[in-house]
Amino acid sequence: MIGLRSWVARRLLLGVAQTAAVVLLVFALTEALPGDAAVALAGDQPDPERITAIREALHLDRPAYERLADWAAGLLHGDFGTSLASGRPVSSYIADGFGPTVLLAVLTMGLLVPAGVGLGVLAARHEGRLADRLVSSVTLGVYAVPEFAFGVLLITVFALRLGWLPPTAVGYGTDLLAHPAALVLPVLVLLSRPVCSLARLVRAGMIDALASPYVAQARRYGISGARIRYAHALPNAIAPAAQQLARTIDWLLCGVIVVEALYVIPGLGTVLMNAVAERDVPVVQGLAVVFGLTAVVLNLGADLVVHRFSPRAGVAA
Amino acid sequence: MNHVPVNDSRFPGLRRRGFLAAAGGAAGLGALALAGCAGSGTAADPAKADGKPKRGGRLRAAFAGGGASETLDPHLANLFADAARAKALFDKLADYGPDLSAQPRLASAWEPNAGLDRWKVTLRKAAFHDGKPVTAQDVLYSYRRIADPAKAFRAKASLEPIDLKASRALDERTIEFVLKRPTAEFPNVLAAFGAYIVPAGAQDFDKKPVGSGPFRFVSFAPGKSAVFKRNDAYWDGAPYLDELEFVVANEESARANALLGGQVEYAHELNPATARAHENKGQIQIVRLRNSAMQGFVMKTDRPPFDDKRVREAFFLIADRKELVDGALSGAGEIGNDLFGKGYEYYAGSLPQREQDLDRARKLLKEAGAEKLKVTLDTSPVASGFTEAAAIFRDQAAKAGVRIEIKTGSKDSYWKDILDSGTLASYRSGAMPIESHISQRLLTGSTTNATHWRHKNFDALYQQAQSTKDKKDRAAVYERMQRRLHAEGGFLIWGFADWILGTARSVRGVEQKAPANSLDWARFDKVWLA
Repeated sequence: MIGLRSWVARRLLLGVAQTAAVVLLVFALTEALPGDAAVALAGDQPDPERITAIREALHLDRPAYERLADWAAGLLHGDFGTSLASGRPVSSYIADGFGPTVLLAVLTMGLLVPAGVGLGVLAARHEGRLADRLVSSVTLGVYAVPEFAFGVLLITVFALRLGWLPPTAVGYGTDLLAHPAALVLPVLVLLSRPVCSLARLVRAGMIDALASPYVAQARRYGISGARIRYAHALPNAIAPAAQQLARTIDWLLCGVIVVEALYVIPGLGTVLMNAVAERDVPVVQGLAVVFGLTAVVLNLGADLVVHRFSPRAGVAA
Repeated sequence: MNHVPVNDSRFPGLRRRGFLAAAGGAAGLGALALAGCAGSGTAADPAKADGKPKRGGRLRAAFAGGGASETLDPHLANLFADAARAKALFDKLADYGPDLSAQPRLASAWEPNAGLDRWKVTLRKAAFHDGKPVTAQDVLYSYRRIADPAKAFRAKASLEPIDLKASRALDERTIEFVLKRPTAEFPNVLAAFGAYIVPAGAQDFDKKPVGSGPFRFVSFAPGKSAVFKRNDAYWDGAPYLDELEFVVANEESARANALLGGQVEYAHELNPATARAHENKGQIQIVRLRNSAMQGFVMKTDRPPFDDKRVREAFFLIADRKELVDGALSGAGEIGNDLFGKGYEYYAGSLPQREQDLDRARKLLKEAGAEKLKVTLDTSPVASGFTEAAAIFRDQAAKAGVRIEIKTGSKDSYWKDILDSGTLASYRSGAMPIESHISQRLLTGSTTNATHWRHKNFDALYQQAQSTKDKKDRAAVYERMQRRLHAEGGFLIWGFADWILGTARSVRGVEQKAPANSLDWARFDKVWLA
């Protein structure tokens, strides 16, 4: 137990260092982009005097390392700084975008795990037979369709043609829960590819596990098929899937730009895209911190899950 | 003398997506221009036709927006969505009519002195949403706020001709503006993009902004929605709608889908392909604001090869304008004649339409010693049609023996990148008076002179126009200037794009002859639901 704790501590420290590296990299890349916030704000009216005035007003005329140092000092006090474009606190940008993003992620994960695992187990049980081939070909097929194409297709059929569901969440703002119908299509699009990859992984893991000596042994003891499948084989099959799930959650939490744009959901992806276009460096950096920490925590969580379900796999810091 | 553009600001340029757009006012000319307008929007016709405006209802309008950085501060308006919200809540002293001439709004009259450098402006009786009257002090406060050197408000450059220190309130509803020099087109300044009147002292517009506009504030969530309700006491007649909601959808397909799915009743800025797919199909109405956005290329006239006017003329003759309109704008527009502002007030419509003439272009290039010319064309996906137009023009130039190499740049910094570097670049502009186009872009001291057109005698003509009281005489001076630009200027203007809106079938009263950023564009106080 001590070992595990110090391993977690080391992983967390490493994660903080990784996040710092990500932030530095993002800062350097944003600085390397042509133009800055003043140029972006001036738009098609690039009057040099106006750009200079904006630059001074935003303190962009100070050296890059000073701006970075100031921002980092603020961060140590939990202050993410203020947006260059609006002067509002960056934390409010993150807080506003986080709600819709988390809501979509939670709904998607809530459906993804049962659907992906269920399909995977089903296919593994009937390996090589009709059910397996059906599940495998459908999941491969859906996996091959890019999200934006699938999204447009769903809107055309279910919203515009059949009129069952609203085509977008426009105007609902962050209060998406009050309009559950508007969430159906985006969640379906978000589910489409992860369900397929998860089902494939679980299927492969289950087939391996079901063919393993310990399952054969369990059968010899006369343990029921269901118990073997769910209590013995599945935990081992879950281990590789857990890593995949962590990546999926990470992908969902970092804002799924395509889906947000298509369905007009004001999540973190939209915030990030606007911030980059506006060269709003503090917002971009704030998001980099959030995304970096999310990735670190999720991967740590996934490793712990693997450790719990399948201790033999071992973990390394 | 001509320093800063007189009215810079009015342009619309918005930053990012929106910006450009903003600029574009489209249609103004449609009206006047008539000429071209063949088929435009039948769509709105039913609207006009029917009948009596009806009161009530809530209209939801989808615009591309500025995300979480949006604000209701009207002086910070930059995007089309900003401008549409600002005009619902606030008024300007004047605004642009369909031909981009200034029409009185909060100002009921203006009167210059003989020297055209002092203007007496009378305010109409109007009140802010909190019941306080709009006074001369509010006007001076608003203009001084815009001109604050510490801030970089867009309209600041437009107000440059005004000496705000010397200007004063003569009484409650009369202001005397003292100008730095004669400015015959001073009313254009009053109509400048972003020159809204706010109550004296107002600084914070995010919470409960108070204006004098047709709608009152209800709620605002940046990047998501803004809800306003009817101002029953509006001086120009109360709006028909009970409520107006602006929602933000940056993807064109999302705006179109929301309109088709009945989630909004008005969608701003649709693609020509969407318009074609739904025009006259009965599900939605398509409104085309003609001649909205000028489309062209800028040639830097101060450096080779374009410092030779024969080369510039050859490039004018290379362009097959019809092909550019059909290809780059999907046919949603009309051809240009290398002059800005087709159909606007003072437009030199009598000059012959330029046609493609490759033989003459080759001959001119030969005379100029520019055979086998190689030019780099800067472009960027910053505005729809840019990269397409660049590729089409490259192929047209090849037929005249000119090799054009296309260089695609970043769209976030495009306008700054092409201002002083390169030789040839894609360009576009929204609607603004021709006088503003000249003052901002074609004088020695202009701040955004992308063609580097700097000629003392041309500057003198502009000053002459601004010092000429008689409108006819002034028009003659503008015509002389345009004649010169047409013959040897740096703007190759091949077309004017339509600005396309979609509305639900129930929406009536949407004006078609209204370039974006003009008074009647996105004017929801005259719209009703049948």
